[in-house]
Amino acid sequence: MTEPTKEVSPYDHQSLSRGAFIKISVVAGVGLTLGVSWRATQTPDLPFSDAAFVPNAYLRIDTDGSITILVDKAEMGQGVSTALPQMIAEELDVPWADVTFEFASAHDAYGMMVTGGSTAVMESWEPLRQAGATARWMLREAAAQRWGISSELLATRDARVCAPDGSELTYASLASEAAKLQAPNKVDVKKPSEFRLIGQSLPRLDVEAKSTGQAVFGIDAGPPDARVAVIARSPVFGGRLRSFDSSAALAIAGVDEVLEVQSGVAVVAKGYIEANAGRDALVLDWDEGDAALFSDEQLYEALRDGAQASGHTVRDDGQAAQILNESSNAISATFRFPYLAHATMEPMNCTAWVREGRCTVWAPTQFANGPAILGGGARQVAADAAGVSVEDTDLHVTFLGGGFGRRAERDFVQEAAELAGKINGPVKVVWSREDDMRHDFYRPASWHELRATLDADGRPEAWEHRMASQSILQRLVPGWIPRPAARFAGKHDPTSTEGASDQPYAIPHVLMTYKRVDLPIPVGFWRSVGHTHTGFVVESFIDELAHKSDHDPYEYRRALLRKHPRHLGVLEAVAEAADWNSRPPEGRGRGIAVVESFGSYVAQVAEVSVQNGVPRVHKVWCAIDCGTVLNPRIVQAQMESGIAYGITAALYGEINIRDGRAVQGNFTDYQMLRIGQMPEVEVLLVPSGDAPGGVGEPGTPPIAPAIANAIFTLTGQRIRTLPIRL
Amino acid sequence: MASFSVNGEHREVDIQASHPLLWVLRERLGLTGTKFGCGIGQCGACTVLVDGAPTRSCQTPVGSVEGSEVTTIEGLAANGLTSVQSAWIEEQVPQCGYCQSGQIVSATALLNARPRPTDEEIDQFMAGNICRCGAYTAIRKAIHRAAELEEDRVSGDEV
Repeated sequence: MTEPTKEVSPYDHQSLSRGAFIKISVVAGVGLTLGVSWRATQTPDLPFSDAAFVPNAYLRIDTDGSITILVDKAEMGQGVSTALPQMIAEELDVPWADVTFEFASAHDAYGMMVTGGSTAVMESWEPLRQAGATARWMLREAAAQRWGISSELLATRDARVCAPDGSELTYASLASEAAKLQAPNKVDVKKPSEFRLIGQSLPRLDVEAKSTGQAVFGIDAGPPDARVAVIARSPVFGGRLRSFDSSAALAIAGVDEVLEVQSGVAVVAKGYIEANAGRDALVLDWDEGDAALFSDEQLYEALRDGAQASGHTVRDDGQAAQILNESSNAISATFRFPYLAHATMEPMNCTAWVREGRCTVWAPTQFANGPAILGGGARQVAADAAGVSVEDTDLHVTFLGGGFGRRAERDFVQEAAELAGKINGPVKVVWSREDDMRHDFYRPASWHELRATLDADGRPEAWEHRMASQSILQRLVPGWIPRPAARFAGKHDPTSTEGASDQPYAIPHVLMTYKRVDLPIPVGFWRSVGHTHTGFVVESFIDELAHKSDHDPYEYRRALLRKHPRHLGVLEAVAEAADWNSRPPEGRGRGIAVVESFGSYVAQVAEVSVQNGVPRVHKVWCAIDCGTVLNPRIVQAQMESGIAYGITAALYGEINIRDGRAVQGNFTDYQMLRIGQMPEVEVLLVPSGDAPGGVGEPGTPPIAPAIANAIFTLTGQRIRTLPIRL
Repeated sequence: MASFSVNGEHREVDIQASHPLLWVLRERLGLTGTKFGCGIGQCGACTVLVDGAPTRSCQTPVGSVEGSEVTTIEGLAANGLTSVQSAWIEEQVPQCGYCQSGQIVSATALLNARPRPTDEEIDQFMAGNICRCGAYTAIRKAIHRAAELEEDRVSGDEV
């Protein structure tokens, strides 16, 4: 099922910067992974620093003893500004209390600066430990030279090099000498048994700033005298501006300028309220285009037709179609999922300033830097929009008030940079909550038709899954993806079928088809991507088959997962913690689900009640195997977070489309889980000792099916459409 | 001209009385710790204290706080971290952190009214503060912890 990995030489593509080496692997059902081996240690061109010792782009040690770690990933709550420094501090042998961090500005030394797919820790695991270990090697070498003894005899601890006779030198005192040494190519990193910081619940480095109002998010960043712009965008997706009249807007006190930009009409004002008033006063004439004829009815009709049409065969083991067509008692189910908005707490925004041919940008972005063949990171997009070269563009990354995939898009950066190129002085583009919700790149809506037959023991014999959705990759992929992946990607979108095409259950005959349906609604990556719906479909349908054949749904899964020890590990752990075989309290039901995503395995049991048709989740047990646990408390927080995000989608989440517009606009009609609805969550870490897997997303997929499976035990009703409406 | 006190300091701002307090704080007074989330008083990210009462500043015309004392997240820690902030750090509450200024200000108001709140009281009082990261369990824990810290602090003062 694995397409060959293709390594692309940078010289195949003019637009790819020198030195970049991109490895693109498309693996059916796993999604598209991009790994860039393009690391600071290999480039002489490091970001500017006046610190005494800058062994690589990730680390600065100064003569005053300060240790600054540069974080090249986006901190959106998932804890990278702690986890990444934790790896370096481990290898460097410095006390945690001495470590501070800064966000790296966009720079080629970091290669692809993209934070998504729960990859931050996975991708950083080797290079950052190597970065720390290299620096420690150089400091030890500097001490050896000063003392005139072999470095083999020297140990390091607490930011000091220690000699056998008990004498010590601080890293601060060695920084200038270490800086003169040649960095080694590769040094040994610690064995897990030697870890002192990795595996500890070290306090997060961003918590104090976030508890005192000092953390700088995008909306807080940039020059304090920046003017504020809001943009009137087409209310219909894909609509175009015919004309506008700005006279009434310009008459409003505080409104300075009104100008057309790529995404609409920008009102530049002294502040946000003035800019909004100006926007309200605009007279706008839009050519709404064909999308104005598109509503939910057309959406689900197109998806249904797509699922029933002959799609691209993603997986075909055995003779599933034949068995099902010949069977008179196949079990079938149809699932449907709506569009979902990300609804980050911080609405989209970006600040930019173009002066003397240089563009400076302050952006809360998940994709700060990347080669042009990937559409460019935010820095490239800003440069293009402002009309300056990328070398003349500085992009500073701020804290992100939530990301969830939304901030991997660069639309908000484009707007700010374009505007900054057209007006004098710094400008901050701020989106209202309604702008944010109605101009999102939504989790695609999808349609799934399932059929299965059971063998004499009630186990699935044949399983067919026909799915249709818009493709997320299609917008991002064409033009650059190399053969043979291009042929594959046009018809198929692995980020849509992940979790379904590779579902782990031992079934002799499996068929999965995918039909790409092109629709006028922008779609994008949403926390856990394809697993948001495939996890629900697979875990609901397998549960249904278990009940249909009078098996316990936990034991049924166990029997079908014998060859998947990591699935089994979390499944058994969660069943034991939840005391699965005990009776739930009166009026409550329990449901179970297990999903592997982003390199981690998560099983959950949800305990649910239903009162007056409203489900309530009381308790969730959650077992995760994410390989090696870097920081247990952060993993636990991410599981709670993923569960809250998944419950919100399961109970409330739906963006409806009417006449080409997103209907929902704010938290009144797009509800969020609030504190009173948050269940008690018990997290069990079941580390297998493998390399770290992701933790930002894997907590989300199992919760919705676990809830739906629990509801079935209470009401006998199978939930096949989200959000849950009883 | 709006005239009121912010974090103990008298401020005068030349602005219409209808201008929302949130944007006066953020854009005119440089106090960006208070956040914009929804603009309609539904998410609580903009919560400040007005004469001690938790108030959604995005829905509060600056004219209505004339002569009042406004306390923002920046003002809470004027004399070192408060019990609520210390508890927030101890329990490692923030994830993305964007809602946390509002959460901490609301929690401060809750504990002023109810020094030992029950879970139900917390759920009720904090219902107006959305956390999209779902850090609710930690928020609940931190409020209980802050209540303990405050008790210790008060009994410490008495000794």
